[in-house]
Amino acid sequence: MTTPLLELKDVVVTVNSDTPEELNIMDHLNLTINEGDFITVLGTNGAGKSTLFNVIGGDLPITSGQILLRGKDITHLSVEKRTKFLSRVFQDPKMGTAPRMTVAENLLLAQKRGQHRGLIPRNLKQQLPYFKEITQTMPNGLSERLNTPTGSLSGGQRQALSFLMATIKKPDLLLLDEHTAALDPKTSTDLMQITNQSINDEHLTALMITHHLNDALVSGNRLIVLSHGQIVFDVTGEQKQQLTSEQLYDYFSDLPN
Amino acid sequence: MSIIVSAIGQGLIWGVIGLGLFLTFRILDFPDMTVEGTFPLGAAVCVAAISHGISPLLATLLAFGAGTLAGLTTGLLYTKGKIPILLAGILVMTASYSLNLRIMGRANLSLYGKNTLFNGKFLSSLPPYFNSVVLGIIVIVIITSLIIYFLQTNLGQAFIATGDNPTMAKSLGISTDNMQIMGVGVSNGLIALGGALVAQNNGFADVNMGIGIIVVALASIIIGEVVFGELTMNQRLVATTLGSILYRFVILIVLTLGFDANDLNLISAIVLAIFMMIPVFESRFKIRHTFLKGGR
Repeated sequence: MTTPLLELKDVVVTVNSDTPEELNIMDHLNLTINEGDFITVLGTNGAGKSTLFNVIGGDLPITSGQILLRGKDITHLSVEKRTKFLSRVFQDPKMGTAPRMTVAENLLLAQKRGQHRGLIPRNLKQQLPYFKEITQTMPNGLSERLNTPTGSLSGGQRQALSFLMATIKKPDLLLLDEHTAALDPKTSTDLMQITNQSINDEHLTALMITHHLNDALVSGNRLIVLSHGQIVFDVTGEQKQQLTSEQLYDYFSDLPN
Repeated sequence: MSIIVSAIGQGLIWGVIGLGLFLTFRILDFPDMTVEGTFPLGAAVCVAAISHGISPLLATLLAFGAGTLAGLTTGLLYTKGKIPILLAGILVMTASYSLNLRIMGRANLSLYGKNTLFNGKFLSSLPPYFNSVVLGIIVIVIITSLIIYFLQTNLGQAFIATGDNPTMAKSLGISTDNMQIMGVGVSNGLIALGGALVAQNNGFADVNMGIGIIVVALASIIIGEVVFGELTMNQRLVATTLGSILYRFVILIVLTLGFDANDLNLISAIVLAIFMMIPVFESRFKIRHTFLKGGR
């Protein structure tokens, strides 16, 4: 039995404590993520999906519980330190890229994720052929726009770039926060395809929040459903493959609000 | 003729202040009011040091150090103390006023009969006012080159990213707090250095010389942007100095029209307001098109 990549042990996040509105937005949650897992995360609005990502990412301090990375306690590690092993793609295309910097400059920043940045020249020119090569795997002509400020890219191009930036330096854990939700159906499907392929090829461990039941079923080897800050459904492997969207839909309808 | 040379010299020296403000106002994208305190702080430190027999060069560097410390204070209040940047700047600016009085021991301190960077052997041998042009060029070239080098380093890129998209910067492991503290520190160091140069050029330091500095510095940045349009980051740094020189010419023209030197802050504010509104007029009346593109 190898050590799991990430463990959340009895994690509680309480908001508005000591007021009548006191609420556990994460309620004694336990989650074990194994190396190579690709977990799709479903849940209604307010179920705690974003809370889960913010807890893993370190944006949200937890009230009690423990977070372990390969058995090592990282409960109190800062957001910046966690980026050494963690990368994220946000839902909003504007969140993941620096608008006044070019595509190449953004990629260069992402290449150094979690590393020390010193007073050494950045050497952008040396990297350009490599950036050209990896952007060519993306649709919508990103490779032709390496020297364009990302502010003038389309939402689809920006999101493709964000995904590339999250994976250019292989993360131990990749968090995808509804990263295709803001895109049109065609672009969204394209990016979903690239996501699946890249996670497969690079053997990445990933968590993906989605509202598309179909994406949640097709992608990944494991599916969890959150409700009221707890994991209420968790299927892996064969069990997940046999799941149909009707069953999942019925399950959702029966969830208490 | 000498009045034009003087304006160019002034523009170059004040360009240092424009470059300093560029780091916070344009790159980090926040309004730092500390500058109104660090400009006279630099002047006070430099003049007091020279009065105590310290060499002008060392005195100028001391001014840079003092300004950096004041800026670091603002940065810490903002990032760690969670005080809004506008208020953090105003607090340090207000505190500097008392500090400046302490440093100089009075409201106004003259450099009469003392050595300054401007009256060294070589610079004094030049025709009138050329000393400020030559020294101004040397200082601007050094500072602009250093900033350009810095912005092309990995640290500099992280600094730009922090101002551009803090959420993204954080998600890539960039300590946005440290970037902001560093930026405000260096920015105010440069502004204090500018204050030291202005004081040496004028021959005195005054506790009230900081009033309106942010407007003058902004004017250099905005005039540069309006006149030269879309530029790369490096070109924008040069445009800021050129904007500073153009601003001096505008002031010169206004003064020759018969306005009083006491009206200077009013004029500065009006000049800045007009230049800031040009993009609005432009889109409404297509001024730039008619002026610059002509019949093309």
